[in-house]
Amino acid sequence: MNPLAFVLGTPVVAGVILGFIPGRYHRIAARLNVLASLVTLASGLTLFEVRPEPNLYFFIDDFNVYLVVLTAFVGFTTSLFSASYIGHEVEIGRLDAPRLRFYHGMYQAFMFSMLLALTANNLGIMWVAVEGATLATALMVSLYQTREAIEAAWKYFILCGVGIALALFGTILMYLAAQPVMGDGAQAMAWLQIMAQIGRFKDPAILNLAFVFLLAGYGTKVGLAPFHAWLPDAHAEGPTPISAVLSGLLLNVALYAVLRFKILLAHTAGAIAPGPLMIGMGLSSLLLATFMLYRRRDIKRMFAYSSIEHMGIITFAFGMGGPLANFAGLLHMTMHSLTKSAIFFSVGHIAQVKGSQKIADIRGLTISHPTLGWTFVIAVLAIAGLPPLGIFMSEFLVVTSTMARQPVLAIPLVLGLLVGFGALILRLQGAAFGEVPTRGHAPIKASLLPVWAHLALVATAGLYIPPQLVAWFRAVATLLG
Amino acid sequence: MGHLEFDIAHLLGTMVLVLSFGLLFQRRIFGVLRTFALQASLLAAAAAWQAYVQDAPHLYITAAIALVFKAIVIPVALHRIVIRLQIHRSVETVFGVGLTMIIGVGLVTLSILLVLPVTAQSGAITRENLALALSVVLLGLLMMITRRNAVTQVVGFMSLENGLILAAVGVRGMPFVVEMSVAFSVMVAFIIFGVFFFHIRERFDTLDLHYLETFRGERE
Repeated sequence: MNPLAFVLGTPVVAGVILGFIPGRYHRIAARLNVLASLVTLASGLTLFEVRPEPNLYFFIDDFNVYLVVLTAFVGFTTSLFSASYIGHEVEIGRLDAPRLRFYHGMYQAFMFSMLLALTANNLGIMWVAVEGATLATALMVSLYQTREAIEAAWKYFILCGVGIALALFGTILMYLAAQPVMGDGAQAMAWLQIMAQIGRFKDPAILNLAFVFLLAGYGTKVGLAPFHAWLPDAHAEGPTPISAVLSGLLLNVALYAVLRFKILLAHTAGAIAPGPLMIGMGLSSLLLATFMLYRRRDIKRMFAYSSIEHMGIITFAFGMGGPLANFAGLLHMTMHSLTKSAIFFSVGHIAQVKGSQKIADIRGLTISHPTLGWTFVIAVLAIAGLPPLGIFMSEFLVVTSTMARQPVLAIPLVLGLLVGFGALILRLQGAAFGEVPTRGHAPIKASLLPVWAHLALVATAGLYIPPQLVAWFRAVATLLG
Repeated sequence: MGHLEFDIAHLLGTMVLVLSFGLLFQRRIFGVLRTFALQASLLAAAAAWQAYVQDAPHLYITAAIALVFKAIVIPVALHRIVIRLQIHRSVETVFGVGLTMIIGVGLVTLSILLVLPVTAQSGAITRENLALALSVVLLGLLMMITRRNAVTQVVGFMSLENGLILAAVGVRGMPFVVEMSVAFSVMVAFIIFGVFFFHIRERFDTLDLHYLETFRGERE
């Protein structure tokens, strides 16, 4: 059997079933959601062993297999977190039964569209999948139906709608560029087939134009400045499990789409170098987001800006290119995914015990809730880039490779990293060690296991990366050019 | 491809573009909806013509979707929403109509200057179709930026999408055109009917996004 069929099929089947389970059985639905995510993860892992034959529509290579597994893993841990989070939201009456049915169905639909985007060989299918992910998340962001949530979802729909529209125009141009070489039909949209024939592309002008549209289009979904306006709202107003998968997974998937096209461009003689464009967008996102970090009053919004910052760093690294910077970019993508979703898990629990997302209301966590508080401290230190955790490792690699090749660019990069570090530590101090407020002592009932699992992986990666993984990242880094 | 085929395709594409200007020109919401319905039916005609010329029967499906869904169902539904929710019948613009039209002409010039040199090696019909389509896309974007009301923003988005479909049907042998138009239609349908109009009405008693903009997400 083809494991890919299980990877893609499980979320579809589970999504349909969950859509039919009445909301009053939400505990069963949440368990089923966890089970489906586990099956997806297990079948994702088998892709390491059995690699299916590529066809015109789907393929698995070194690059996407690890993103598939990462997506399935974070999807699984988030479903665990979501089960306890949603249980609490129902208890306090913030969510009612009919919306839960919708929520669980959409969760699986979202997982499916991300996995589809990652495994699609056909650029048209990839586009449809990213569009589907946009739709599913826009609906989930509006789940609470508060005024803020609806505005956030509207902004998300308008900005990302335009973004994916531009990406579609880029995809059409891509086909137009490929069609004279590849002939009519599906093979002129299949990435692998185009890649095999890329040497025969004699007219890079259309390819250049296509890439500009694709970078702006998918870049909107990555949250790159100046198209990032939707991101903080969507993260802050939606349910926290959705913030975790948005930051940890969807941004990666959008960046993956950009990178696929970057590879094509890098192998075409006479095409524009995609590097400078990506470096520019990456650096501006990094600098903008780190300065914005200082003035946040909402904790989820603050970490949303931190996601923009990190996507900026990753885009910058891939823009630099070369084996070392690409390696650093891949590592950072993984580390950021794990760390940021761990942060959102703990922020979700914190917001529930404190009854508020405002930073001003969250103080003295290590005293009132020692376990949660210290876990949060470690997670924030990890995202701030403190050694020996994983993010430090990848940021260090980005900086050193920049120093070696473009020392001038290292100045704004390091400046951005330091400013971001300062902001996070400043906020962490108040939240973790400040005076304990009189209210907000509710005990936590949730399990912190998903957070610990992520942090353990991040800490391990900071100290030791298995040689197989290194070899593999190296292979992908070469492919990225 | 003969002269006649080329001329008809060109004519239909140009008429879609002219109606994009019509959308920018309209000051009444019902006028906007009628203009959009007309644009969508012309898009359907353009898609059907390409299906005939390229001998690509799947494009007839795209044409049918454009005709049924975008030219009839959505305008009628939006019309009802406007009446039932008693939304302002006049279109609020950010700039004056005259200035918007001048910017629009500038955008069309830009897209012609951008597309024609780049696609020098493609067939004439593809090149001109693409230039027209990009113009429609940019004018849709302009409409989304310069209109305050949620209904007109959605119409702007759909007219932008019309431009994309026009581009996709004009490129010879493009696969997945049908899937793409379906994906877009589903998205628009979900957004319009599934969530937003209902809730925006419920929460704000108005569909004017101006009220939404007062919120920055950082209130005390």
